[in-house]
Amino acid sequence: MAGLYKVVDSYDQALAGLNDNMTIMVGGFGLCGIPEGLINHMVKLGTKGLTAISNNAGVDDFGLGLLLQNKQISTMIASYVGENATFERQMLSGELNVILTPQGTLAEKIRAGGAGIPAFFTATGYGTPVADGKETREIKGRHFVLEESLTADFALIRAWKADTMGNLVFRKTAANFNPMMATAGKITVVEVEEIVEPGELDPDHIHTPGIYVDRIIKGSFEKRIEQRTVKKA
Amino acid sequence: MALSREQLAQRVAKELKDGYYVNLGIGIPTLVANYIPEGMQVMLQSENGLLGMGEFPTEETIDPDLINAGKQTVTAVKGASFFSSAESFAMIRGGHVDLTVLGAFEVDVEGSIASWMIPGKLVKGMGGAMDLVAGADNIIVTMMHADKYGNSKLLPKCELPLTGFGCIKRVLTDLAFIEIKDGAFHLLERAPGVSVEEIVSKTAGKLIVPEHVPEMQF
Repeated sequence: MAGLYKVVDSYDQALAGLNDNMTIMVGGFGLCGIPEGLINHMVKLGTKGLTAISNNAGVDDFGLGLLLQNKQISTMIASYVGENATFERQMLSGELNVILTPQGTLAEKIRAGGAGIPAFFTATGYGTPVADGKETREIKGRHFVLEESLTADFALIRAWKADTMGNLVFRKTAANFNPMMATAGKITVVEVEEIVEPGELDPDHIHTPGIYVDRIIKGSFEKRIEQRTVKKA
Repeated sequence: MALSREQLAQRVAKELKDGYYVNLGIGIPTLVANYIPEGMQVMLQSENGLLGMGEFPTEETIDPDLINAGKQTVTAVKGASFFSSAESFAMIRGGHVDLTVLGAFEVDVEGSIASWMIPGKLVKGMGGAMDLVAGADNIIVTMMHADKYGNSKLLPKCELPLTGFGCIKRVLTDLAFIEIKDGAFHLLERAPGVSVEEIVSKTAGKLIVPEHVPEMQF
């Protein structure tokens, strides 16, 4: 019996059950905090027709950009896609359906999805193209847009440390969308830098409780830097 | 003389107050961080999940897990905190950030702003801009007063798709500092050496000009 032991040994096991036309969430902001090994393995699997929910679309040859190059994504829900030329080409040619979503609304859609809230009102996007076709309402003199929450078949995220029961700790700004996505996947797979035994993480310092996590795999990360900026000496 | 990028940042920095939490957008707003007055404590929020953004790292301290909203490697100051994107936008949408500074293509007399999309050109996405303008009460927009052909970017009504509707109250351009209220632009200050006439000629939306318009101080 595996009980609450959630560590898997291979990327095949980590992504078992991922099929064509599924919806996936992929953590990260730019290239920071992305589940590199899980993305690379999806390229190998060749799963097609995916709806991908992720703040960005990677760059041409790294991160989600690899899935785009391989034409595995049919719909992309993101807030900013400016760093990826493949993305732009596929979007302009109509190969790729793109739903641009304000970053805070995207984060809240995922948070709400994981928390069982079907929709919420937000002032973000009122009077802009984002509100087209959506219900609006005036509450206490302000205008709001009704935004529906998001869930996914698979949430693929990255954390710093996990214990074998799936309690997670994130590191610095590599947390970003990962904690909410952990809650919004039917199957949540986390790729981590380090796996420890239960009890080694201080319960007061756990960011994501293990109840949200289904599978854990230890990854190795390139951690590519998108904009390398350093102080002049 | 029209203000340089550095002067725009310097003028915005004069609006900072001790103890402020501030979100600075990409471009000119980022430069404001270089002009925080000595002795003043200001915490910079970066919407990817950092409160207390510091300067760029050295080659020795660079960390791929620590970036700002522009995806640049940065450092964290003493007293900084890290959090999720949902938490970050709770701060922004919930009105907890004291001052937000961001750029724009156009603003209009109703306080609407267009900054994310030019139809027919590349669409890169709005990122966090729509949340920032909808959530903050105290926003300064930094922008060019007119394009290179002299066409005004301060309009009766924005022509480009909006980032936010009726949410902007203050605009700093390379020519003037302007308040938006009661359906009009109100000229508060002019850039050193820039005439009121030039500002009037480059402002397409209704502009209220008081009898005396002081020059900006830095």
